[in-house]
Amino acid sequence: MKAHYWSAFVLSFGLLATTAPGETQPLEPQKAGVEIIEKEQQAFYSQGKDMKADIRMELITADGKKRIRVLTMLRWNDPKSKDQKYFIYFREPADVRGMTFMVWKYPLKESDRWIYVPAIDLVRRIAARDARSSFVGSDFTYEDVSGRNIAADTHRLLREEKIGDRDCYLVESAPKEPIDYVKRISWIDKTTYLPLKEEYYDVQKELARVFSADKIEDIAAAESRERKRFPTVTRRTMKNLKAGHRTDVTYTSVSYDVGLQENIFTERYLRNPPERWIK
Amino acid sequence: MTRFASGGIVILGMFLLLLIENTRAVNAQVEAGKEQGGYETQVDPSSDETSKKRKPFLETLPFELHGFLDARGGLRTQDDPHESKTATLGETRLQLHLSKALDWAKFRIKSDFLYDGVVEGADVDLREANAFLTPFDFMDLKVGRQVLTWGTGDYIFINDLFPKDYNSFFIGRDDEYLKAPSDSLKASFYTKVLNLDFVYTPLFNPDRFIDGERLSYFNPQLGRLAGQDAVISPLKRDEWFEDSEIALRLYRDLKGYGLALYGYNGFWKSPMGFDPQMGKATFPRLSVYGFSARGKAWKGIGNIEGGYYDSRDDRSGKDPFVPNSQFRFLAGYEQELAKDFTVGVQYYLELMSDYGAYKRTLPPGSQVADEYRHVITLRLTKLLMYQNLRLSLFTFYSPSDQDGYVRPNIHYRITDRWSADAGANIFMGKKDHTFFGQFKDNTNVYFGLRWNF
Repeated sequence: MKAHYWSAFVLSFGLLATTAPGETQPLEPQKAGVEIIEKEQQAFYSQGKDMKADIRMELITADGKKRIRVLTMLRWNDPKSKDQKYFIYFREPADVRGMTFMVWKYPLKESDRWIYVPAIDLVRRIAARDARSSFVGSDFTYEDVSGRNIAADTHRLLREEKIGDRDCYLVESAPKEPIDYVKRISWIDKTTYLPLKEEYYDVQKELARVFSADKIEDIAAAESRERKRFPTVTRRTMKNLKAGHRTDVTYTSVSYDVGLQENIFTERYLRNPPERWIK
Repeated sequence: MTRFASGGIVILGMFLLLLIENTRAVNAQVEAGKEQGGYETQVDPSSDETSKKRKPFLETLPFELHGFLDARGGLRTQDDPHESKTATLGETRLQLHLSKALDWAKFRIKSDFLYDGVVEGADVDLREANAFLTPFDFMDLKVGRQVLTWGTGDYIFINDLFPKDYNSFFIGRDDEYLKAPSDSLKASFYTKVLNLDFVYTPLFNPDRFIDGERLSYFNPQLGRLAGQDAVISPLKRDEWFEDSEIALRLYRDLKGYGLALYGYNGFWKSPMGFDPQMGKATFPRLSVYGFSARGKAWKGIGNIEGGYYDSRDDRSGKDPFVPNSQFRFLAGYEQELAKDFTVGVQYYLELMSDYGAYKRTLPPGSQVADEYRHVITLRLTKLLMYQNLRLSLFTFYSPSDQDGYVRPNIHYRITDRWSADAGANIFMGKKDHTFFGQFKDNTNVYFGLRWNF
């Protein structure tokens, strides 16, 4: 793992040196790939100072049986670093209602994760090292929900391509260490830098999972004077082609810059969810 | 618990009245609609259709009402000469959980209504009835009946001296029931440097300990296994404010590491003492001072916890009818070894102080406890089928007592509302008087089915 930190460090220095803002001259495919993925991660996982959303996930089997997961997610970006804090309040299904989940995410090291089980007033630390584990049993992994370490993959800009009427960059990302996929191809919108589609290829080099952004909405920041707007993927799908399983996700009542404070992301509120934000 | 039965009927009545009242109000507004089941086989192509659906009944209430209906049964896999029934578990339980948030406080009532076939009676177990408020930015208050937990152990408690229900734990009720409720006031104070939890319990809340009624145990006075022939009925600690408990936790986070100091002043939570004049078990006085730390370690989560059990009624260790003081120590480590497969190990040590005095004063013929009691635990958890199937195995093993306790469990979420589980509680031991060995005639298997709403 250590090698990755170094390569990220070196790479980011390299970028600083070669790409001044606004510069448009063509880049080497790898540098361009990294730069695009950085912008993508910023647009997809880190927009605004904070974010609040109600999330509904439908887990659908090959024969059409559905399970529902409903939760409220709060995200806070540390203004002093790239650290993020997440707070998740589970609403459905009934057997997890009221449970809360907290993540302190760091760009280069393992996250800290806590879960609270209200029926027994229990705060537990979660030893989830494997970021490739499924998030609440869906087709999305933890990484899909909160972002993957950019330096864990090598990135390469393949070409530009249209999806519908949107111009996209096509970036190939290959994990440096073996995981459940060997290659990811992302279609990244040239204007918003949001991923419109991703294809994951497994060790047999076969297409295994497909992500698609099905609906994108412009969401205005709550408290900024200039009324900043953040393009947001509000409907997304992850399909597991081999299992025939898929997960449809809808984000409702998304808001940015609502004024979340860092102290929300502590044991106090894990045990007693902040009514103001969870209502 | 039966003394709560009449009060429980009142609470159940209140639930029903509220339900009926709200059903009437809802019916007046809308035509009778079907409740939306959790198990849907239709896949909606668009979300617009879902928004047209009528709200489920429970969402039309002016407060939140949830709960479950749970039926479970279990039986011994061998005869127990001290218990009349083979069945260890046979009950139907309705849990209603009502909550209401106002601007100034949150109220919760959670109550179980059950028919217990093993004791052949209906019972009410009021698990929560409390108000939560935040009088100041730096302070929270929770008053009333509540379930309380702290500390870092997995099924091992050192500084958590809130009441446990070992009967439920040993017969295959849901993990939720390992914790019994407390009637307490909990005040929490938050500062940038330290946080403080202060829990005052005006009247001692003992464990729901193994008393022989349902499960057999080793009776030191008789010097043998016993059950319904020697049901423990301890001298009660029932003086309000006199028999009170105080529990404290000072804690803070340090870069993702949870650090805590604890203090407790009260009584041994199970009747560990004995009054030879009255011939009854007692709850001797106890204070506990301890610490814990938990956070990332190597590739997983590590924790350590320790505590000194100051047995205030026998500080010299010379009273054979009161437990000696003890040091308790725990170290644990948990790691996700493979995708959805987690392994946790713990080492636990109990060290009796003044062991010489204990041995000198022990009545002749008594079973001698070791100075050091070592316990090792192992937890394996595997999630399958999109995390709807959970296989778990928890094992306690004591090399010093030469006994053990194994808890296999399989839990399946059939749908979002229905779940089933099955498991076993397997006790082993070379001797009758050791902690787990004494329960070996209670080894049982169980099965449960639950419907959540």
